[in-house]
Amino acid sequence: MTMASSNTDRRSRQVSLAAAERWSWLFGITLILGFLYLPIGVLVAYSFNASRSLTWPMSGLTFEWYLKLASNDQLIQAFYNSVYVAVCATALTLMIGVPAAITLDRIDFPGKGLFRKLILLPIALPGIITGISMLILFRAIGFNLSLEAVIVGHATALLAVVVTQVFARLQRLPQSLQEASADLGASGFQTFFLVTLPNIRTAVIGAGMLAFTLSFDEIPVTFFLTGRDNTLPMYIWSTMRRGITPEINAIGTLIVVVSIVLIFMSVLLLREKSGPKE
Amino acid sequence: MSVPLSLRLKRAVVLSPPLLWTLVFMFIPYTILFVYSFWIQKYPTFEPAFQFGNYVQLATDPQYLRVILRTIKIAFFVSLGAALIAYPYAYFLAFKVKRPGVRLALYMAVVAPLWVSYLLRAYTWKTILGTTGILNSFLMSIGLLSEPSSVFLYNQTAMIVTLIYVFIPFMVMPIYAVLEKIPKSLKEASSDLGVGRLQTFFLVTLPLSIPGIVAGFTMTFCLTFGDFIAPFLVGGPDGLMIANVIASQFGASLNWPLGSALALVMLVIVLTIISISDRFERFGQGKFA
Repeated sequence: MTMASSNTDRRSRQVSLAAAERWSWLFGITLILGFLYLPIGVLVAYSFNASRSLTWPMSGLTFEWYLKLASNDQLIQAFYNSVYVAVCATALTLMIGVPAAITLDRIDFPGKGLFRKLILLPIALPGIITGISMLILFRAIGFNLSLEAVIVGHATALLAVVVTQVFARLQRLPQSLQEASADLGASGFQTFFLVTLPNIRTAVIGAGMLAFTLSFDEIPVTFFLTGRDNTLPMYIWSTMRRGITPEINAIGTLIVVVSIVLIFMSVLLLREKSGPKE
Repeated sequence: MSVPLSLRLKRAVVLSPPLLWTLVFMFIPYTILFVYSFWIQKYPTFEPAFQFGNYVQLATDPQYLRVILRTIKIAFFVSLGAALIAYPYAYFLAFKVKRPGVRLALYMAVVAPLWVSYLLRAYTWKTILGTTGILNSFLMSIGLLSEPSSVFLYNQTAMIVTLIYVFIPFMVMPIYAVLEKIPKSLKEASSDLGVGRLQTFFLVTLPLSIPGIVAGFTMTFCLTFGDFIAPFLVGGPDGLMIANVIASQFGASLNWPLGSALALVMLVIVLTIISISDRFERFGQGKFA
């Protein structure tokens, strides 16, 4: 009797201990998620706040800050500049980065080790170093600081991102595909466009989307290479220097919405990637 | 000889654009940066020279040493804080969540903010922590504070919190990647042998996940080390980091040679940390693979 009851005792203590552990896990994870998302929630919520000052409690709902954005010419110009820069930089970095990844994967040449180190450097290198070293170069050759200089800077800084993503996919691609294509009489370029490229397509698109997002958000390189024209983050940055305004929250909210759309698109792309292979 | 000419030509076509690009836009600029660090500033411009004056100035003028040490300190605390938050989260994902759908959703929940502008994620902390900010007015409205406090913003703690927030995905990703690969059988074997769960964690799981912690620590450390936006937004007068000083040498102070020397110091520190962690990871892989 006594043994049985002490057994149930122990069991019920174990059960309650397990429940306590479960709840403390859930509590901890909720705290972390709160830490991650509360600030974004604050950003979005205060873009609809009636008052100009960002204080608690909130004071009524308004769309005023969004309307102000729509009539802010500087901001709209900065947005167009950012789109221009991001589109060109992405195209450029893909045109250089895809052949670079293929080179690293397939071709051996003297100095390959140095080439790989150099091209992957910007992933770990603070952006500011890319920014100032290119500033020095452009000054030395007399190339004016401009949006075009920013494009070249972004393309260089983002090369590492494209190369790592595409290279990883190429490594998983069986060499036999290429050999089969060559055996069937396809030329190198035909093989590339008909065999290799379709197989790495999603990696290229994914890398391109990532490069676009990063370029659209880039500050350290842009800071040193832009002339009179502002990109969107540079414009937001200069607005922040003058103080906090709900208009920044409104821009931020729009960027969050666009980001969520991009995330969903990339998740779909990933799914497509893993689907047929498995 | 064994490679036919036409193939070599084709290879050259693939090879030359990236090769030329890295040469012109990476190798040459880094070289010029290196050369500049030996030049002399003669206000308002600078002259070619070969002398170590800039490096001597960095080593002897205490303000530069202080900035370098402060940057290392902040980068260390950011990495440590991020690891302390990221590890339990990654552990929960890898071992406690049973449904793959939930796991993917929780993983994406951490990674997704990377796609949201870095600048805005840092800015929102400025609006939360400021004297007239949301935290202050919230604490006042519930009666914890009688007047706004300035302790939350414009100091190193604010910078560390903001940077942990911004860079935490880089910590979760590699830690989760290693935890996920740990075979469940190892933990089962450990418990079959009568080892307690806490001991299993410290003797089996934690040692096996060290390569992931090292990778995350390195990434977070290097990213923080080169940051100049958080100090500007939420840092105080004692919050300048190396990148801010470099930026001002290339801006208002117009001392490119000194700025170049400082950039090279930064480069050497970052590359040293990366190569140490590289060796560490390779060591770990050799041991556990």
